[in-house]
Amino acid sequence: MADDQFVYAVARIRAKELTLLDNAFFDQLMAAKSYKECLQLLSDKGWGRNGEESAEELLSIEREKTWDLMAELVSDISIFDTFLYGNDFHNLKAAIKQVYIGEEVPNIYITHGTINPEVIYNAVKQHDFSLLPEHMRNCAEEAYQVQLHTGDSQLCDVIIDKATLDTIYSKAKESGNDLLTKYAELKVVAADIMIAIRGAKTGKGKEFFMRAMADCVSLDKNRLIDAALTDEEAIYEYLSSTIYADAVLSMRESSTAFEKWCDNLIIRNIKTLKYDSFSMSPLAAFILARENEIKSVRILLSGKLNRLPDEFIGERLREMYV
Amino acid sequence: MDNLGIVLAALGAAFAALMAGMGSSNGVGTAGMAAAGVTTEDPSKFAKVLILQALPGTQGIYGLLIAFITLSQIGILGGDSNISVAKGCLYLAACLPMGLVGYFSGKHQGRASVASIGIVAKRPEQFGKAMVFPAMVETYAILALLVSILMITSIGGLNI
Repeated sequence: MADDQFVYAVARIRAKELTLLDNAFFDQLMAAKSYKECLQLLSDKGWGRNGEESAEELLSIEREKTWDLMAELVSDISIFDTFLYGNDFHNLKAAIKQVYIGEEVPNIYITHGTINPEVIYNAVKQHDFSLLPEHMRNCAEEAYQVQLHTGDSQLCDVIIDKATLDTIYSKAKESGNDLLTKYAELKVVAADIMIAIRGAKTGKGKEFFMRAMADCVSLDKNRLIDAALTDEEAIYEYLSSTIYADAVLSMRESSTAFEKWCDNLIIRNIKTLKYDSFSMSPLAAFILARENEIKSVRILLSGKLNRLPDEFIGERLREMYV
Repeated sequence: MDNLGIVLAALGAAFAALMAGMGSSNGVGTAGMAAAGVTTEDPSKFAKVLILQALPGTQGIYGLLIAFITLSQIGILGGDSNISVAKGCLYLAACLPMGLVGYFSGKHQGRASVASIGIVAKRPEQFGKAMVFPAMVETYAILALLVSILMITSIGGLNI
């Protein structure tokens, strides 16, 4: 039975994949004369609910639709928690900062997480970290103490970001699913490379890198740290000897190009795992594909709103899943 | 012990119907889940996915056929039901190919149908090609059916 539990869901997702935005539709959006015309095209495509939403509402509704669909398809939605831990840790950062400044700040929490943001806020406010799940407790306590006693928000963020990566990585491995494991590996790789580059640019020490970088299989953390302690060129040289050699070109170009490379890398890798009809992989791939298209639409809409040149927007759009 | 021959032969008939039926029900059931998933999103593909769902159902029919021929050969459906132990064993052996191959091919044909239903969901115009993949599995069920029929119909003429 376990082998068959995703058959119905995967078949529905196969049919749903036809509704994903493809490159031709993005060309159409690019050709639109105005921001309003883009919103109209998206509305005609079925995005949003009544065609009168703002861009942010539209994107938020689309994200909700994806999660509503998943909740309908699987009995235990927690199998996708790997994608939501990032939101929990973001909410933890927000809660610590809010408690630290002692003021109400509106709209700083992300609603889609594995824990209610209110629970996180109460845990921080009452200094009762036992209210949080085990994987968050230690980092929450440490980050809170750092923020409270030193006021160093950057260090607080570094502690939480590292815990985010460690959690995503370990939980994905625990799941035993190929797609989630691959996703977590690439997520950690992208974050470690980004930390190495930014750290090298700002002259960070070994202690910082050890504290910020997470472990993964496809990159040697120690060699990456040694390279980051030397200079950017040393990082490029090390990466050229790994399977991520093609990242160097985008890194030399700009940080935006590298971010695009990271997202494309994940999409390219999940494409190869989506044809399994009996596992949750096509469902997880669909969530990532939807997040990817939402990200691309956000880039395109903000570009159109600010009347940026089409080439400028086009350079930033991600590869599509379909 | 006098009736052991007929008992063994009837056991063979039951085995063929049982195993092949189990394989088919598994295959049709699994493919049915996928077919329902596609139809939920796009009811216009109902006819195409229904055909793919039905493909693993043939093993059950083959099993029934083998059971029916065996029962008529051994006289349970009429005639002389007095057969030797050796003949009973042979009938049991003759039913094994259909029973075992029917079970495994039905199950795996169901899985191939699920994958093909995925093709139809995304590319309905490729229905013909999608049919070929599960149909390939059918070959082995037909081979097993032929062997079982040849054996069952030949055993009656043996002088043992």
